[in-house]
Amino acid sequence: MENLVLHLDNIQKNFAGLRALADVNLHIEKGKTHAIIGPNGAGKSTLLNVCVGRLAPDSGKVIFDGDELTGLKPHEITQKGVARVFQTPEIFQELTLLENTMLPALSKRDGAFSFNPFRTMRSQTDINDEAQDILEDVGLAEQMKQIAGSLSRGDKRRLELAMCLILRPRLLLLDEPTAGMSRHDTNQTIELLNKIKKGGMTKIIIEHDMHVVFSLADKVSVLARGKIIASGLPEDVRGDPVVKEAYLGGAQE
Amino acid sequence: MKQKLFNDTTLFLTFAAAILLMPIWLAPLGASYPDLLQKFAIYGIFAIGYNILFGLTGYLSFGHAAFLGVGSYAAVWSFKLFTMNAIPAVLFGVFFAGVLALIIGYLSLRRSGIYFSILTLAFAQMSYNLAYSVLTPITNGETGLQLTLQDPRMIDAMFIEVGEGLPITNLFGIKMSGYSGFYFCAVLLIICFYISLRIFRSPFGLMLRGIKSNQNRMNYTGLNTRPYMLAAFVISGMFAGLAGSLLAVTDPLAGAERMQWTASGEVVLMTILGGVGTLIGPILGAGLIKYFENIFSSFNNNILHDFFSFLPDTLENIVVQVTGLFVGGGWHLTLGLLFVIVVVYLPGGIVEGFQRLARLLSRKKQPDKTSSSLKNQSAE
Amino acid sequence: MDSILIQLLNGLDKGAAYALIALGLTLVFGTLGIVNFAHGAIFMLGAFCAVTFRKLLTLSEKVQDPTVTLFAAYKEVPYLKIWFGDTGLMIIDYAVPLSILFSIPIMILVGYVMERGLIRHFYKRPHADQILVTFGLAIVIQELIKAAFGANPIPQPPPDIVSGSANVGLWLGLGEALVYPWWRLMYLVFSAVMIFGVFSFLKYTTYGMVVRAGMWDRETVGLLGINIERRFTIVFALAAVVAGVAGVMYTPILPPDYHMGMDFLVLSFVVVVVGGMGSLGGAVAAGFLLGIVQSFASMNEIKDIFPGIDQIIIYLVAVVILLTRPRGLMGRAGVMED
Repeated sequence: MENLVLHLDNIQKNFAGLRALADVNLHIEKGKTHAIIGPNGAGKSTLLNVCVGRLAPDSGKVIFDGDELTGLKPHEITQKGVARVFQTPEIFQELTLLENTMLPALSKRDGAFSFNPFRTMRSQTDINDEAQDILEDVGLAEQMKQIAGSLSRGDKRRLELAMCLILRPRLLLLDEPTAGMSRHDTNQTIELLNKIKKGGMTKIIIEHDMHVVFSLADKVSVLARGKIIASGLPEDVRGDPVVKEAYLGGAQE
Repeated sequence: MKQKLFNDTTLFLTFAAAILLMPIWLAPLGASYPDLLQKFAIYGIFAIGYNILFGLTGYLSFGHAAFLGVGSYAAVWSFKLFTMNAIPAVLFGVFFAGVLALIIGYLSLRRSGIYFSILTLAFAQMSYNLAYSVLTPITNGETGLQLTLQDPRMIDAMFIEVGEGLPITNLFGIKMSGYSGFYFCAVLLIICFYISLRIFRSPFGLMLRGIKSNQNRMNYTGLNTRPYMLAAFVISGMFAGLAGSLLAVTDPLAGAERMQWTASGEVVLMTILGGVGTLIGPILGAGLIKYFENIFSSFNNNILHDFFSFLPDTLENIVVQVTGLFVGGGWHLTLGLLFVIVVVYLPGGIVEGFQRLARLLSRKKQPDKTSSSLKNQSAE
Repeated sequence: MDSILIQLLNGLDKGAAYALIALGLTLVFGTLGIVNFAHGAIFMLGAFCAVTFRKLLTLSEKVQDPTVTLFAAYKEVPYLKIWFGDTGLMIIDYAVPLSILFSIPIMILVGYVMERGLIRHFYKRPHADQILVTFGLAIVIQELIKAAFGANPIPQPPPDIVSGSANVGLWLGLGEALVYPWWRLMYLVFSAVMIFGVFSFLKYTTYGMVVRAGMWDRETVGLLGINIERRFTIVFALAAVVAGVAGVMYTPILPPDYHMGMDFLVLSFVVVVVGGMGSLGGAVAAGFLLGIVQSFASMNEIKDIFPGIDQIIIYLVAVVILLTRPRGLMGRAGVMED
C-alpha cells in the first residue's frame, strides 16, 4: 500500500462531552481527489482542523507521508506540504493580489522564517514571475495590483486557491471550495481544480454540492455522527443504502 | 506599487536633503534653533522605529518608553565610565535597549491584541517604578543620572588632560551641542530612514504586513510569525534606544520620567498623527508635535493680547481667555483635541490627508477610476 | 496578626477601588466592544462633581464680623448657614455623601454625551483606534479640569461623624491597637453594595439579561429585534455612573486632582485584562486580588526580603497571570485577540 499518502488512525475528538469524531480511520491515495461528504454537523470541518493542526485530537494519529503531523504547529504542517483552503476565504485583505501570492512563494522558497530586511521585493524576480504565473492560471492576472479586499467573493476564493497552489503542496485540503458561488463560478472552479489534478497533487474536498463531488472526486467517504460510514467510488457510494439512511434519516439540511 | 511619482532613490535623496537643510527652511517658521532641531531628529528616529512595529505589524505597544529610558541611562553611563565620545554612548544605548526589547518582546509576544498592549505596558511601568526605587544606584532615582567631576571616564583619562569643570559630549573633538549636535542626530535619522525604507520594501517587511493583515493565513502559509514579530519588536526597541541615547548625547542626563507610559503614548500619537504604516508619516508627526509643543507652550497671555490687540477690548479679553486655554500650560488640551480629530476624521494621519488632497486635485484634471480609498496606505 | 489584618483591609479597600473602575470598563467592553481609555477620566469627573458640589454648598456671603469691633472686618458665611442655621452646616458636613445624588444625573449626562457624540462612531473601528480616540478624549477632559480647578489636589473631608478611626481590634477582640479609618470602611461597604447592585441588575432584570446576552452574542440579540443601540447608550451611562460615584466616594481618601484618572486608568486596565476582557466577575476578582497583593507587598517584612517589590508587584502578577492564562482569570476565548 505504498501509494497511500495520508493516514488518519483512530481519530477521536470531543467538545465538552460532545463527540465530534468517534474513531475515524481514513486512508488517502496519492494523487487522488478524495471527497468527504456527510450531513451537517457530521464532523467534516473538525476532521480538516485536526489534519492541519488547528485542533489537537483527543486520541489517534495523523500520518502524512511517513511523518506524524499530530502535535505539530500549523506552520510546520504547512511546511511539510499540506495546504488548506478555508470555508470563508482567508486572504490578506489589505495587500495587493500580487503580494498575496508572492508571500506564499517566499514561504515556499525561504521556509518558515528568514530574516532578510535588506533585500528588496523588486529584486525577487523569480518570486514575482511565479506569482504572476499563478495569477494567470486562476484568471486574476489583470487585477494583480488591486487590493485583495476589493475582490468579489468568488474571486477571493480563487485567489486563496492560487495562494495555496503556489506553495506546491503535496496535499491540498479544500473546505467547501464552491460554497456561496454562482453556478457559473462553481463550474469555473471545477474546471480549475480538474486542471491542477493533472499535476499529481492529492486533494481532500469537503463538499455539500453533489454536482461538484461527482465532477471532481475519485473516491468518496461519507462521514456521519463522527464516523466514516461508507467509502468507495462515487457511483458505489451514491447507491449505498446506508448513506441514504444517514442523509434522510439523520439530520437532513 | 511600481509607478510611483517618486521612486525610492529620489524619495530617499529628497528626504536626506530636507533633513540636512532644516536649519535653513525652518528658519522662517522660527524653528531653526539647534535644540528644537535636535528634538525633531531624535523623536523622528523614535517614531520611525515605533512605526516598524505598530505600522507594519499592527501590534500596539505601550511600553516603548522603557527602551528610550534605557538608551539614555546606558549612554550616560558610557559618558561616566568610559568616554565623552558620542559613538560608544550610542552603541551602548542601542545594545541595552535591544537586549531589553528581546526579553520584553519574547514574553509579550506570546499574546496578541490588547493582552499584548497591556503586557508591554506592565513591563514598562515595572521598569519605570524600579528606576525610581530599587535601581537608584544605577539610575540615581528622582534626581536623574548626571555627570559628576568624580566620574572615572577611563578611556578619556588615558588620552586627554582633565580640564576644569564638567566635560562636554563630543564626537572626536566636535562638541555635541548646538548645530553640530543636530547634524550628528540628523545623519543618524537619515540612516534610520534608509533602514526603515529597506525594511518596508523587503520580503521581511511584506511578512510583517502579512501578520497585520491575517495571522491565520500566515500560519497556513507555513510561516512562523513569532520570530518575525520578535525581530520587528527588537528592531523598533533598538531605534528607541538610539533615540534615548541621542537625548543623552545632546544633553547628558537621564531621568526615569522618560520611561513613563505617557512617553509611550506620545510616540503612538506621533505615529498616528503622521500616518501609521507610512514611511514619512511618523517623522512628520514627530516634527509637528515637537514643533507645536515648543511654539504653543511658549505662548502666554501677553503674547496673545498683542496678537489680538486689533479687536475691541472686551472681545479681545474673551478671545484671549479662550485661546489661553489651548496654549502655554494648556498645550496638552490642544494635543488631546488634535488626537481625537485625527483619529475620527483622518485615521491615516497627515499623509492620508495629503493623498486625499492630491487625489482631489488630480481628479479635477482627469477622472481617475482606480483610486480606492485604502489603496496606498502601506506603500507611500 | 494585627498588621496582616490591617493590610488585608487596606488591600480590600484598594481592591474595591480598582474593582469598581474595572467593572464599568469591562461592562462597556463586554457589551459595546469598546476599549475605553477615558474611563479613568470619568472616575475623575465623578470626584470633581464632589468638589463642585461642595463649592456650591459653601457659596458664601460676606458678612461683617461682629466679634471684631475696632474696624469693619468681614468673614464669609455660607448661605446655607444664613438660611438654615445649624441644619445648613450639617448639610455642608455631609457634602460628600450628598454629592452622590448630585453626581448621578451629571454622570448620566456625561455618559450619554460621550456615547452619542463620539463612542458610537467607533463600534466598528479597530480596537487600536478606540484606544487612541478615548485616550485623546481623556487628555482633553483632564486638561479641562486642570484649567477649571487648577493643578493642586483639593481635599474633601468626610462627614464629621465618620472622620475618625474605627476600633476594629476591639470588635474582633484583638486589642485596641488595631484601628482603621471609618471612611475607608464605609468605602468598602459602599463598593460591595455597588458591585452587588450591578450584578443583580444584570442578573435579575430583563433589561440586564438582554445586556448580558448582548455581551455573548451581539448579532443574535440584534436579530431578535431588540434595539441594542439604545441599550448601549444606557449601558455606557450606567458604567459612567458606577465610575463617577466611585470617584465621589473616593475623594475623602485621596484628594482629587486632574491626573487621578490617568493614575487609576493604567491600573484598572491591568485589572480588567488580568480578570479577562469582558468578564465582570473576573474584573471584580482581579481588582480585589491585585489590591490585596499590593498591600501585602508593601509590608516591611516583605520589602526587606524583596526590595522594591511593592513598586512592581501588580505588574508582575499581571505578567505572570497573562503568560500562564492566555485570557486572564475568567476571559472568554477569542475576545480581543486579533
